[in-house]
Amino acid sequence: MTPTRLSEHVAAADIVSRHRLRIWEPIPWILLLAFYFVFPRYLGFGVELLTMILFALSLDLALGYAGIVTLGHAAFFGAGAYTVGMLAKHGIWNEPITSLILAAAMAGAIGLASGLVLLRTTGLTLLMLTLCTMALLEEAANLGAQYTGGFDGLDNLPIPPLFGLFEFSPLYPKTQYLYCLAVLFLCFVLVRTLAYSPFGHSLTGIRENTLRMHAVGAPVRWRLVTCYTISAAIAGIAGGLWAQSNAYVNLSTLGLDRAATVLIILVLGGYGRIYGAFIGAVAYMALSHFLAKAYPTAWQLGLGLLLVVIALFARNGIIGLWDQLTRRFFAKRAAP
Amino acid sequence: MSTPLLETRGLTINFGALAATRDVSLRLDVGARHALIGPNGAGKTTLINLLTGVLKPTDGQVLFKGNDITAVAQADRVKLGIARTFQINRLFRGLSVLDNVYIAVAERLGAAPTMLRPAGARKDVVEEAMALLDTLGLTDNANHRIAELPYGRQRLVELAITLGLKPDVLLLDEPAAGVPSTESHIILDAVAALPREIGVLIIDHDMDLVFRFAERITVLVSGAVFAEGTPKEIAANPDVRAVYLGQAGHG
Repeated sequence: MTPTRLSEHVAAADIVSRHRLRIWEPIPWILLLAFYFVFPRYLGFGVELLTMILFALSLDLALGYAGIVTLGHAAFFGAGAYTVGMLAKHGIWNEPITSLILAAAMAGAIGLASGLVLLRTTGLTLLMLTLCTMALLEEAANLGAQYTGGFDGLDNLPIPPLFGLFEFSPLYPKTQYLYCLAVLFLCFVLVRTLAYSPFGHSLTGIRENTLRMHAVGAPVRWRLVTCYTISAAIAGIAGGLWAQSNAYVNLSTLGLDRAATVLIILVLGGYGRIYGAFIGAVAYMALSHFLAKAYPTAWQLGLGLLLVVIALFARNGIIGLWDQLTRRFFAKRAAP
Repeated sequence: MSTPLLETRGLTINFGALAATRDVSLRLDVGARHALIGPNGAGKTTLINLLTGVLKPTDGQVLFKGNDITAVAQADRVKLGIARTFQINRLFRGLSVLDNVYIAVAERLGAAPTMLRPAGARKDVVEEAMALLDTLGLTDNANHRIAELPYGRQRLVELAITLGLKPDVLLLDEPAAGVPSTESHIILDAVAALPREIGVLIIDHDMDLVFRFAERITVLVSGAVFAEGTPKEIAANPDVRAVYLGQAGHG
């Protein structure tokens, strides 16, 4: 077989074209944009949804692609949120876009510093250490009341209009929604590019077999630390967006509750799949919204049951379930 | 005498009171076909782990092309040109066969740290990986996930990943282990067809494979070199027959 014929092999064609835009990929973005026009009264919910999608996307890079098991990702969300909050509240800096960049830098720096120590470990040890990092930050934010507002957090953050033109209105968060959507899109493009790059490919290799990656000469720890830092920076941007959109920041941004929620979202949607964060966040937030309306006292029971079902029947989340169904459908059609 | 490709001098490792490798001095020349045999627990895999840098020796040296690499880390030894296969498959099970080999080739060609270009844009990596699969007869499996392959084919992927690193020294840890005898000829043929310039050290229990393939044999017993010589000398050595070949029923 000649080399040209080999490069036309279906497997080679798959690698060569894997990163190309698929026909359905604009749909989520069209839907998110349509949401702005169709549900103007739900834009507050929409902003919360967009920040959670971005947060889940950052976790997907670390957990889904590189297989870094973490239960403390809210540490970076909170670091970003507090960076924006403290700079604005103490009158140091509050221009929205540069504030976000500072939030990313701060969260990324914490990710780098903690990652250098943490990523020597794996499994349960790693899980506990990520939890510890988050608990330390939360306690620091609680004790440093002079700077962080302590338990009450910082409210009424003075966020100036975007580009000096578009007001952040707490009642009609139109600016916030479009701003969050634009930032989410940019971060998504970055994560998607990384996921399909040779670097992303090597992260998948580390997830699938770390020992083998050592044996092919990969600098495994550096790859993991790099990935963790980027993931932390994106989580910081999500936290910064959250603080700007709500004009406040409090300890909930750093808590286990948020870290667990984002993990549930990712598992629900499907991890290691770029659109898992989207599907998971929409499913989780829509469901908790409506369940809380219908059963104000016991709405979390419904979510719990759903998680049990996902864990039992759809290990790869909603996207995995969809894959299974379509595969079965096409197999049946091909059979007779 | 020319500088050996890979050499050990007085290599020793102790796990507590157990001396898993004792004062092993070994040399592997360019183009060598060297086999390492010995009863279970003789320390064959431990020796490979010492050569590849997974373990650090208690005493002694490892030299590569005359340079002391005893302190060099595992990943850096791979970059120097020392690669191994594993006794038990260590593959990227969720990925396709081509993806498995892509990862190794991308690492060697320095493509792996690239972040902002798609993996498919490195056509050189894809083409080299495909060519490698072709030489091992794996082209038809290129798109299959590892988990879908029979074990014998998986062993070939294990070899393909290692060959993707274009090593100067290849350490094969029981390449045909666990492969049904009907398929083991595929592995044997692949091993026999390895490029001549590679120095190969092979561990195996299969005496047919060892005596067909090797030009030199080292017998390891209880972590120490028990005998070394050509296959003829080893087969004729009464002590070796007593401790090893006799037991294996090939005497």
